[in-house]
Amino acid sequence: MPLVKNGRIAIDLFVHVADGAELPGDGAVLISAARFLEDPEAILKRAGKTGVIWPNSRAVDDLVPYLDRLAAVALVFPIFRDGRAYSQARLLRERHGYDGELRATGQVLRDQFVFMSRAGFDAFEVKKDADADAFAETMKRYSVFYQPTGDGRVTALNRRMQLRHSESAGQ
Amino acid sequence: MTSPLEQKKIRITGPSVVTANRTWDGAVVYRTAQQGWSTALSDAAIVSTSDDARALLAESAADDVGAVGAYIAPVELKGGVVKPGNLREHIRSKGLTIDLLPA
Amino acid sequence: MYAYDELDRTLINERVSEFRDQVKRRLSGELTEDEFKMLRLQNGVYLQLHAYMFRVAIPYGTLSSKQLRRLAHIARRYDRGYGHFTTRQNIQFNWIKLAELPDALAELAEVGIHAMQTSGNNMRNVTSDQWAGVAPGEVEDPRIWSEILRQHTTLHPEFSFLPRKFKIAITASEHDRAAIKIHDIGLRLHKNADGETGFEVLVGGGLGRTPFIAKTIKPFVAGRDILSYVEAILRVYNQYGRRDNIYKARIKILVHELGIEKFAREVDEEWRQMGHSALTLDHSVIEEVRSRFSYPAYEKLPHMPDELKQAAHDPLFERWRKNSVAPHKVQGYSIVTLSLKPVGGPPGDATADQMDAIADLADKYSFGEIRVGHEQNLALPHVAKRDLPQLWKALDRLGLATPNVNLVTDIIACPGLDYCSLANARSIPIAQELTRRFANHDTADMIGRLHINISGCINACGHHHVGHIGILGVEKNGEEFYQITIGGRADENAQMGALIGPAVPYAEVADVIEDIVEAYLALRDRPEELFVDTVKRLGVEPFKERVYATR
Repeated sequence: MPLVKNGRIAIDLFVHVADGAELPGDGAVLISAARFLEDPEAILKRAGKTGVIWPNSRAVDDLVPYLDRLAAVALVFPIFRDGRAYSQARLLRERHGYDGELRATGQVLRDQFVFMSRAGFDAFEVKKDADADAFAETMKRYSVFYQPTGDGRVTALNRRMQLRHSESAGQ
Repeated sequence: MTSPLEQKKIRITGPSVVTANRTWDGAVVYRTAQQGWSTALSDAAIVSTSDDARALLAESAADDVGAVGAYIAPVELKGGVVKPGNLREHIRSKGLTIDLLPA
Repeated sequence: MYAYDELDRTLINERVSEFRDQVKRRLSGELTEDEFKMLRLQNGVYLQLHAYMFRVAIPYGTLSSKQLRRLAHIARRYDRGYGHFTTRQNIQFNWIKLAELPDALAELAEVGIHAMQTSGNNMRNVTSDQWAGVAPGEVEDPRIWSEILRQHTTLHPEFSFLPRKFKIAITASEHDRAAIKIHDIGLRLHKNADGETGFEVLVGGGLGRTPFIAKTIKPFVAGRDILSYVEAILRVYNQYGRRDNIYKARIKILVHELGIEKFAREVDEEWRQMGHSALTLDHSVIEEVRSRFSYPAYEKLPHMPDELKQAAHDPLFERWRKNSVAPHKVQGYSIVTLSLKPVGGPPGDATADQMDAIADLADKYSFGEIRVGHEQNLALPHVAKRDLPQLWKALDRLGLATPNVNLVTDIIACPGLDYCSLANARSIPIAQELTRRFANHDTADMIGRLHINISGCINACGHHHVGHIGILGVEKNGEEFYQITIGGRADENAQMGALIGPAVPYAEVADVIEDIVEAYLALRDRPEELFVDTVKRLGVEPFKERVYATR
């Protein structure tokens, strides 16, 4: 399953470590929320980076105290039409100021890329190779956005107001 | 696509066909004995055992590009003529039961 | 009318090109039907019994003549020459080919029409009063806010994959023509004690398997805060709405299970945390949207022109005028409802030729504007009273002047088993038979206001719960049966109808309805007492007795 990061296919530096398996002494790991919450401090003291896979059925509040020490948070789309992680992503980015890697996992198809990016995701475990290959092209599909989110894209309303402002300034 | 588990449960009680909607235009189609689709019910492969019905459905459902939502539908055989086995299938086969213009 | 600018146009063109790519991937087999289904539903494409069905949005029910002509063209070029107006200000085409859909969408986009989010688990077409902007006594034009919400809900990055569909309706009149109490969010525009404009916000209404009347979650939310408040509701719903059972996934179930007080606390807490956000609408932003709505240059006209006085001698004209013409906020003008409920016709259908002709009449008599109402009728919103006699003649020739608006033959009906893959029973032939039974307009007039709503299954697209008489098709041992309720209503006093007894077979429905109507005529205490009021006063029993005594 290809990983798209910073807009291109990238090597996944994080090792998925299953709940029963031993944690390597160093290197970046991606572990489950349950495992992480058993003893967060011990895990965060490891030499390598820590990423947590956070389920979409649990409020992100429990993760907030550790956000500034996490290198990655992976949110889950168990099926295409389950959109809870979009809210979690926006809360992490926009309310809690999380600025590490925010990864979309699970049923990730090209038809969600723009939505996910707007909600704050910057890494994507894409299900199909063809979709991963089409990432850059797909992200260019839209140039107009109606809603303000934390992604910094200028909304249609703002563009109209700017236009109006420059028109009246020019008169 | 009907999952293998659901397909196992399929039991038919009389002559049946497999029907679906053609992918590119949505037209009602019936699975033929030649592993194709036809818009004519008279071309449909007719099965009369549950095993045959399951096999025909599995083969039909595998052709996801050709047609969508394949399922088994009952038919009636009267004097060698195939007729839809219930109202829903009658409507799918013969079209609307209503006048479109005010009478 | 709202005028699209370059940004609105660009966005819908970008959506068309995305959908074109999705269809291409489907037809090539790159996408399975399972994968494609969610994508087509996001853009209004269903698979029905005979074909794909394509649902196009008519935001807040406003159409220009140019747009209506384009809809006629779509009906002719891509379908079978007609379309069906729905209870949510959409139009449906029943015979569209998937392979041709991208071209149809591109042609619609040229006139600013789209099908985004007309199905799927997202925020659906924002609906409003079909008389918005012209009804006397309105707080202000609710379409300004409908348009602000339309934009905000279109391709929303957080709420495009909700637990279930989500419908918002807005009214700004005391008499609710938008049925806001049966919507996921209902917004009633009003002014508070300080004269500030804002919304009473209702939540959790809906029909279907588990019908609920919406409850007030906040009596007043200022206009500038409406987006953030709606967003707070949606965020709570997106996270906590049930996803384990499709029948329990609507927000009405969450509101019901938590209770409105607890739900309101959750929303308030979310709203508080959102604080003053980018969603707060400052005055200039609201004015920007308002400025892109244009209004007709009305003439100064007499209240009672000579043309109208003369035409009043014609009883047929007078009957139509009294039935289908409503007061306008500007003197000398009227709002004219065009009945899409001819005797014997499928409710809400219009042919391509009718659509073209209506567009021409709109240009001639209504400043090029047409409205679509949730009762599945159309309206010309700005007709000079002096033109009414001419307009009537033209409408009559087109079969659009049936004087039955709000009467027993003004039936709301879903497509039913003739078209719909979800239906258990037919709706349209029941409606057609009823219109024949009550074809005599004098009888219908004497009966007075009476709304019959018919759904072909429990999903309630025909709003049967809130019909004065509701008819619900069910299946019993392979036969069509119909449950009948009475006393429902969809307006500001919305309530669900009560079942009168066991379901009756297809062939008996019209007889039963006639019995109910006869019982009402015998039971009403004066001619002005409406059917619903008689039911309210007497309850179901006397009607039940009448219907089942001989059955």
